[in-house]
Amino acid sequence: MAPPTIRRSGHSRKAQVSAFTGYLVAAAGAAIGAILLVLSLWKPQSAAEVRGVATDVAAPAGQAGGMARGGILGIYDTVTGYINAGNQNIRLRREAEAARIEMVEAKAIEAENRHLKQLLDMQEAEIKPVAYGRLVGSTSASTRRFAYLSAGANQGVEPGMPVLAPTGLVGRVLETGRSSARVLLLTDGASMVPVRRAEDEVVAFSEGRADGSLRMRLINLGINPLAKGDVFVTSGAGGVYRPGIPVGVVDRITRDGAIAKPLSNPAATIYVAIEPIWAPETEDVFTPAPNEPAE
Amino acid sequence: MIGEQSGKSRSSRIGRTINRDHSQILSQGLPLLTILIGSLTPFLPVIAAGPVMPPFGFMIFIAWRLVRPGIFPLWIGFPLGAFDDLFSGQPFGTAILLWSLAMLALEAFEARFPWRGFWQDWVSAAALLTAYLGLSALIASAGTNLWHVQLILPQLLLSIMLFPIIARMVAAFDRIRLLRVRVID
Repeated sequence: MAPPTIRRSGHSRKAQVSAFTGYLVAAAGAAIGAILLVLSLWKPQSAAEVRGVATDVAAPAGQAGGMARGGILGIYDTVTGYINAGNQNIRLRREAEAARIEMVEAKAIEAENRHLKQLLDMQEAEIKPVAYGRLVGSTSASTRRFAYLSAGANQGVEPGMPVLAPTGLVGRVLETGRSSARVLLLTDGASMVPVRRAEDEVVAFSEGRADGSLRMRLINLGINPLAKGDVFVTSGAGGVYRPGIPVGVVDRITRDGAIAKPLSNPAATIYVAIEPIWAPETEDVFTPAPNEPAE
Repeated sequence: MIGEQSGKSRSSRIGRTINRDHSQILSQGLPLLTILIGSLTPFLPVIAAGPVMPPFGFMIFIAWRLVRPGIFPLWIGFPLGAFDDLFSGQPFGTAILLWSLAMLALEAFEARFPWRGFWQDWVSAAALLTAYLGLSALIASAGTNLWHVQLILPQLLLSIMLFPIIARMVAAFDRIRLLRVRVID
């Protein structure tokens, strides 16, 4: 193909100057971009306001897509349901038998638990979700893992609140707009959740690896006690997440912990629940009240 | 008979040619619109576990720049990049910087190698995509120790393989762009 001659300025002085100005302005644009980038790396929330407004405007488009996604998942489930019906029937019947026995045992334990708690005079506050919403999109072209939520400040969503799917933790709210919010997914590199092994008190930190898996970093180093198939739940440390939310299941053992798969699958979740921050008063624990004498 | 013939001779691939002209809004607005829509990729109903989607906004931008070098001013990377940054999840400023640099890089490349073809366009786009995705991942991983090639490799391969299709799509939009729809009074 012949070369385009559009930016060839030739001998015209005016054309030469305007071509030069073009380069200058483009370089200035790149420089401003670099400054903004440094600024936003230094203070990540500095563009939050603008992003919130932009997401509010664009999210309804994702809303329609989110509904379609729900429909498609439904169709897929229906089809695979027919194919697997026979095997599933036998397996489920076996599982139901086992579950019935376990349920009776669990009921007994629950009753005992209630009784013991009454003895100890413990108050159990029930946590009610602040809002429900759809995940309408995610930053699928970036190595950062954010999702967009179809509920925002108008629904009572605030930054920091945990986002839950029926199968486990999805992440926490990072920024809110009026009717939309940005969620930091569990698998993002900046996500750090205090967790413990479900059956005992082996504590760890769950870090995202940006590729759909989690790194479980044990706090007490030594002999690695983990095994494939171990389930991790939130420990409640730090006060953001209430204890006992399923996080991930161990897939591979590493030197200082394990690589785990998250239990919640945001892609297969139609609705997510946004819960309040579990114990927001933990931030005030270390600041002494004004009328109390400091020790 | 002449009447029947004349209907055909007055129209061409780009619409009727007599008494019609290109629409300024269409010819300037369509490229911008397609790029902005490409930047809205995050609102596709895909909740991805990793970086899997190609950066459609950037790819459409590059494709327009390659097929029609003259339609954008050199500084267009700034506003378009800013819009992309609002939704992409990258730290704000990433796309402003990288899109502006891509514009300058293509300009320099074309001054050096003015004659162009399919393979040359594809290679230059592939080089740009590699640099863009690599630098984006590098910027996004600031503060974490998460930069490894395996993370962006599938996305990069998909983007490079998909680029000729995007370029064909843009070429089809280019025909729509130049439709003679404005009536000259």
